[in-house]
Amino acid sequence: MTPQSAFMIVATVRDGQVNDLRNLLADMNKSPGVVDPNNSLLPFGQFVGLHVARLVILEAKTADEISAYGLTPRPWQSSLVFLGDYDGETDAFFAQLVTKSGTGLAKIFSFCEGFSQQNDDLLAWLKAHDIQPQANYINHIGRTVRQVHEEVALHQSLSDYLQTIVDEVGRGNTRALRQKLLSHVELEKHAGRLSLTPPETTPTTWKIRNLLHKFGIPLLLLLLSPLFLILAPFIAWRLRILERSDPEIVIRPEHQHIRELSVQEDRYISNQFNVFGDIKPGLFRLFLLKFSLLLLDYSARHIYNRGFLTRVKTIHFARWVLMDNNRRVFFASNYDGSLESYMDDFINKVAWGLNLVFSNGVGYPTTKWLIKGGAEHEQEFKFTLRRHQLPSEVWYKAYPDITAYELSRNSLIRQGVEIRQSSNEEIRAWLSLI
Amino acid sequence: MKDSSQVNFDDLQGLLRYSHGKLTDTCFMLLNIADIRAAKQWLDSAPISNATATKPLPATALQIAFSVQGLRVLGLKKSVIDEFSDEFIIGMAGDESRSRRLGDIAANAPEHWHWGGDAAQVAHVLLLLYAKKDGIEAWRKNVEGEQFSQAFNLLALLPTLDIGAIEPFGFSDGISQPKIDWTRQQSTDIHKRDRYSNFLTVGEMVLGYPNEYGEYTNRPLINPKQDKLAAELPDAEENPALKDLGRNGSYLVIRQLHQDVPGFWQFLDKVTGSVAEKREQLAASMVGRRRDGSPLVPMADEPIPGSAPTNQNNHFTYRIDPNGQKCPLGAHIRRANPRTGDFPTPVTGFINRLLKILGFATTRADEDLIASTRFHRIPRRGRSYGPLLTPEQALKADAPEAERGLQFICLVANISRQFEFVQNAWSMSSKFGGVQQESDPLLGHREPLQSNDSTAQFNQPDASGPMQKTCELPQFIRVRGGGYFFMPGLRAIKYIAAVPINGSEKPS
Repeated sequence: MTPQSAFMIVATVRDGQVNDLRNLLADMNKSPGVVDPNNSLLPFGQFVGLHVARLVILEAKTADEISAYGLTPRPWQSSLVFLGDYDGETDAFFAQLVTKSGTGLAKIFSFCEGFSQQNDDLLAWLKAHDIQPQANYINHIGRTVRQVHEEVALHQSLSDYLQTIVDEVGRGNTRALRQKLLSHVELEKHAGRLSLTPPETTPTTWKIRNLLHKFGIPLLLLLLSPLFLILAPFIAWRLRILERSDPEIVIRPEHQHIRELSVQEDRYISNQFNVFGDIKPGLFRLFLLKFSLLLLDYSARHIYNRGFLTRVKTIHFARWVLMDNNRRVFFASNYDGSLESYMDDFINKVAWGLNLVFSNGVGYPTTKWLIKGGAEHEQEFKFTLRRHQLPSEVWYKAYPDITAYELSRNSLIRQGVEIRQSSNEEIRAWLSLI
Repeated sequence: MKDSSQVNFDDLQGLLRYSHGKLTDTCFMLLNIADIRAAKQWLDSAPISNATATKPLPATALQIAFSVQGLRVLGLKKSVIDEFSDEFIIGMAGDESRSRRLGDIAANAPEHWHWGGDAAQVAHVLLLLYAKKDGIEAWRKNVEGEQFSQAFNLLALLPTLDIGAIEPFGFSDGISQPKIDWTRQQSTDIHKRDRYSNFLTVGEMVLGYPNEYGEYTNRPLINPKQDKLAAELPDAEENPALKDLGRNGSYLVIRQLHQDVPGFWQFLDKVTGSVAEKREQLAASMVGRRRDGSPLVPMADEPIPGSAPTNQNNHFTYRIDPNGQKCPLGAHIRRANPRTGDFPTPVTGFINRLLKILGFATTRADEDLIASTRFHRIPRRGRSYGPLLTPEQALKADAPEAERGLQFICLVANISRQFEFVQNAWSMSSKFGGVQQESDPLLGHREPLQSNDSTAQFNQPDASGPMQKTCELPQFIRVRGGGYFFMPGLRAIKYIAAVPINGSEKPS
């Protein structure tokens, strides 16, 4: 398999140039929220293996909130973020980027500090500005864009063909139906209309790294566990003190803010989401956050890598990134459905998980023992989430109207083509997916 | 759970508790306020029906609701109005992004509506009159009195016509309603509710009470020290120092939905080769019930709180039919109320709960796509309009096309989480519960997705394996109008009638 990799290029925007940059980026869209995949600056559609990508201008709109702790808000210079998820190594993608849209990228980054259009080695610049997330979630590790498209086509082809043969063969004639469908796939493959490319071999270095991570982290935690045990009462005590005293900042988002966000939303079945905010002050909160993100990243890599993140099956890609010397956190995700259903899914299915991570952010609704309360305060949570949300100037998804659930279903359909089911019941279950 | 005081039914408008089903004649009026002082005088003495139980049943009823423009004209301060929800303040047609979410695009777009489509000119007042058969004219005269014509301009009379206990396509209607837990017995604890219940906490319909999250939905709370008139309002339950303008009130969502009855039956007839039995079967699959109201899944063999085990038409869930072979996943009533608990299947113990929370212990990939129905229930109070056309009449080639359909009304505490969610994530979604290229077989607008994928199919999962697909469904229902209103409690109405008007007596 070809594992995906995540890139995120961050660069501060020159003073006074945010609006010009915004206008330039807006030209990449056909209309708000709808990117032109063949736009001249960054023709996303031409990068084979690019799942999702976005350009966001990170602005610290909620930076004042930290004053609730008696602290002076730290200055933040607006930054341009270009992030995405790609099949294969980042280096290969960057090389592609430079070749195919070096000019466009140079134009974009010319608004950023430390970049000059003429002299710079773009590739080196990209690498120098690439930052890795603390935690990363991939709906299905190793499912490539190519695979997605091939399987969508397979499903469509089988679905159309099944309709034409079902009456002729007989709805109940399970085995004959399967036989016809399988022959159809062979013919279509032969005619070049379908292809089912076998997965590439998994890179050995990735395998080794993954294995080390898989066993290394638990081993490390095990070694540290006596320390944790000793510290546990202190941690619990400190946590409860903070949870009781941390200010909860419930401010209803402005209409205009919501309007600007929602104009980009629900153009497709999938949507993009960004939040950016301050981490609560103090080393204790930073430790909690880093520890939660470590667990999250670990489980995303080794447990939740096959179509679901606990009960949530609507997230394609998501990442948590610490920024500004561990003082702020940025979260970006790609999900199915409207924001309201995303937030409700969050609250009703994984409030505990959100609390674990986001309750370390300034203003978050009050939690109890790190996992209770918090997001369960529906209205406060929705306000907080919306208020910290930032628009994406440009957002691309290679398959924007296909849900994560459909991707899993399509893979099951393909599996049925490649591995023959033995019982009639299994064949019927397979036919029902088509 | 919070200690509960009794619900004061004499402060609730009657429609919150009753459908006024025996009062078959109705007159729904959209009004603008012409003279604020006269309007306030009328309002102060209007015989608005409350929700106390009376015997014999009343022969008439009057209910009133206001749009945000109406409340502004009547002099409510901006600071008070700003505490209402965004949806109410902006309005059903007030933002193109909302219209897109609601499926109000193409032929459904607000620009084509007969009323309510221009957010800047939404009617100030929605007046709902109910009377026994042939009693409506007399009741209207009685309600209007002398000042009425001075106080209000009649913008439109929304059509309504009683055609019995069916909706215009010919199906029994209004069967599934949540049972409001007036005595506040059921826990809202999100850790204690794994199964479907038909009880709905008061706060999901009425403002000022805890909702299904055990929290108080935002609404205007007024400090009586700063506003003496507010002293007459009920206390805010969670903060008795403040007065609650929202308490005992509700948001009223109304949508006029035109139903193409000949189009519906003739399409079904065409795709089933005019075989009556198949036609009825397909129609029932699309609705999720047969015409007599009986559901397509057998009755549940376990108790459902808030549902009588003898109620054959409503005592069921879809748990025994996860793949939709009995009732298709995309059937209208399954989308509108999927009847799921907080977990897809009941929790059987501590370990099982833990596994479920972590996303394991499931048997099907699509099992947990739709959960926690209780946060998305909508108590409905709609009425039909237009002349009755039976399915048999509708099948004739020369069946008369006419304006007929439904004045859909629902009463909710949170428009966004209840009405808009159901409309967007469940009814209009072409991906609901994993369906393929479908939208609600009745409500769908059939517009393709951005990527040009169809949303105009209807699929019936079949025990033999392959789904039965019906393609290229035409649009059967068109939106003709709509709006978000606030239906206040009776003391709140007195307050609204009493707040001073600033400046001119005539609304601008």
